[in-house]
Amino acid sequence: MNRTPFVIFGVFLTIAFSLSGLVLIPNWQFQEHQPVVTAPDGSQYPVPYFGMALQGRDVYVDQGCLYCHTQQVRAKGYGGDIRRNWGNRRTVARDYMYEYPILLGTMRTGPDLANIGARQPSRDWHYLHLYNPQITSAGSVMPRFQYLFRTIKAGELAPSGAIALPPAFLAEGTHIVPTARGEQLVEYLRAQNRTFPLPEAKQ
Amino acid sequence: MMSLPEGPNESKLQQISRIRIDDSSRVPVSLWFASSVFWLLMGSVAALISSVKMHNPDFLGNIEWLTFGRIRPVHLDIVFFGWSSMAAVGCLLWLQARLCHVRLPWPLLLSGLAMVWNVGVCVGVMAVLAGHGSSIEYLEFPAYCAPFFAIPALGVLAANVKMYVTKESQHTYVSQWYLLAATVWLPILYVTAMGCTYFGLVQGVSQAITNWWFGHNALGLWVTPIAVATAYYLIPKVTGKPVHSYHLSLLGFWSLAIFYNWAGTHHLTGGPLPAWTITVGVVGSMMMFIPVITVAINHHMTMRGVFHMLKTSPTLRFTVFGSVMYTVASFQGSLEALRSHQEITHFTQYTIGHAHLGLYGFFSMIMFGAMYYIFPRITNNEWSSARLIKVHFWGSSIGVLAYGIGLCWAGWWQGVMMNDPAIPFLDTVAYIRPYLIMRSVSGTGMTIAHIAFAISVWRILSRHHFVMSGPTLFTTTRPAWREFVNEQEKREQAELEAQS
Repeated sequence: MNRTPFVIFGVFLTIAFSLSGLVLIPNWQFQEHQPVVTAPDGSQYPVPYFGMALQGRDVYVDQGCLYCHTQQVRAKGYGGDIRRNWGNRRTVARDYMYEYPILLGTMRTGPDLANIGARQPSRDWHYLHLYNPQITSAGSVMPRFQYLFRTIKAGELAPSGAIALPPAFLAEGTHIVPTARGEQLVEYLRAQNRTFPLPEAKQ
Repeated sequence: MMSLPEGPNESKLQQISRIRIDDSSRVPVSLWFASSVFWLLMGSVAALISSVKMHNPDFLGNIEWLTFGRIRPVHLDIVFFGWSSMAAVGCLLWLQARLCHVRLPWPLLLSGLAMVWNVGVCVGVMAVLAGHGSSIEYLEFPAYCAPFFAIPALGVLAANVKMYVTKESQHTYVSQWYLLAATVWLPILYVTAMGCTYFGLVQGVSQAITNWWFGHNALGLWVTPIAVATAYYLIPKVTGKPVHSYHLSLLGFWSLAIFYNWAGTHHLTGGPLPAWTITVGVVGSMMMFIPVITVAINHHMTMRGVFHMLKTSPTLRFTVFGSVMYTVASFQGSLEALRSHQEITHFTQYTIGHAHLGLYGFFSMIMFGAMYYIFPRITNNEWSSARLIKVHFWGSSIGVLAYGIGLCWAGWWQGVMMNDPAIPFLDTVAYIRPYLIMRSVSGTGMTIAHIAFAISVWRILSRHHFVMSGPTLFTTTRPAWREFVNEQEKREQAELEAQS
């Protein structure tokens, strides 16, 4: 008896089955997601990224931030996420309805970033941290992203946009200014805010 | 060597047809294997750079294209597409030809496909280093790389089906099912995942499920079946004992086919997905105990009574090490999928340790064993040095055990600390740093092993040290060919002098 067609058809079925079960059915289930209205003026959550934050997402992707940082908060009582103040509620599928590509991440060499915009709204903090993580987080193993900054030789007056580096990290007579990509990345990070209460995930 | 019968019952006719089959696969299989060994070296370099960067972030710190977030995916992609997949293809082509008793079809085409695949890996690596990677794990290579892998995968599938359909052997071996299934699964997996990811066919968190449906199945349904098939072939072949149970191996095959491809969502435990998708992944992972136990029983029972052969045969020692690691890593993986376990280890180095116990300790070690068996048969040559094989074995095996056990231990405690909000986050970083340094050390050991292996492969392919005196075993103390001749001359000279 020639079993070849049976084997090939069988192994094809197994994969078609899991593809429908794991990918297609959830995808169809999520189609019904709608943003929620958060204020009387009709503003909504979630909103798609736009402007510099949208451009910053490309920087986040090409620098591979995802390999050390997640963007997901686990439920209260499951891990220490909420107690570490990484979020005030768990994140759910609706939070990511506009994310393309989705950057959930699987590794926490560094802390979770799902709400880093709410935790660290200050641009200055992000610039210092990206320029040299040791300034804000001594002992960190995060690389320095100094190629996202330009060094400007200047006189007494700092050029507009120069970041407020502590003197110990700054060579005499120079100023450090973020490049366009640096600014975009920081706007993207500041846009990371998933604190609005949703009906399926209250605080 | 080639004229010796393989096993006691091989007739002269079978012997000739076997040699013709091996001859037919010489060029394509050598090419797929040699390429894979090249990528193994490249992957080791990328691994060492990213490993050192993790404990010394300023190492090569100002070079954007070598930043950690690029060199780390480059390591993964080189190892998956370059080393693992190319080694797997070489292995499956040779094995299927042998098991079907037919010559390998289209040798020129299959060699060309190896080159296409190599171009794909090159282009992909350069794209990721240039910052065009997608940050989707296992699928970082941009969409324009997809044809470089999809087309060869279909070509390999066609060759595999052709051999199976025209087979001249009376039996069907379980290895053949694994090989056939793997080549059916890979193109479906890859094309579907790339299509869904790059053409926006799925939205929101479904992208993450697609990612891990591919990422987990690429290991479970592509490289794993090929390594299991190879072990199923090599262990009986080298020991001269039949596989313990045919029925058990069928159960193992179908349970793997049915359950493995549901397990991927355990990579998203605790994530923003409906609970049922995770539960399915956990159940799938638990059911994996069935195929793993059946394979473990079959391999162990086949080895029973011949364990002493591990002392001499390099092929057997690598393959059995890999086979044992299949059981260990799979048990660990199944338990790891449990929610209570994932709560601690999910986002830590534990996962990295587990991945290396699986892909390296199990898969790569079996591929090494297979290459030690296959290369002499397709090149009509022997391994030049038992010492290089020893360096390879001990560097790889000690390296991967230190790596896996060290990182799993560190990852567990990293997770425990991370779940305790009283401990500052940076303390978890300080805690794992010594283990990350240890990882660089064990990675160096593995890299030395790979260099020793690459030298052996270079020599056997370039016909350096051509030796026909018999297979190279761990116990072989063969002087270098040149010295051997000199000693012979000296001895004859001495005899002549003694006579006069």
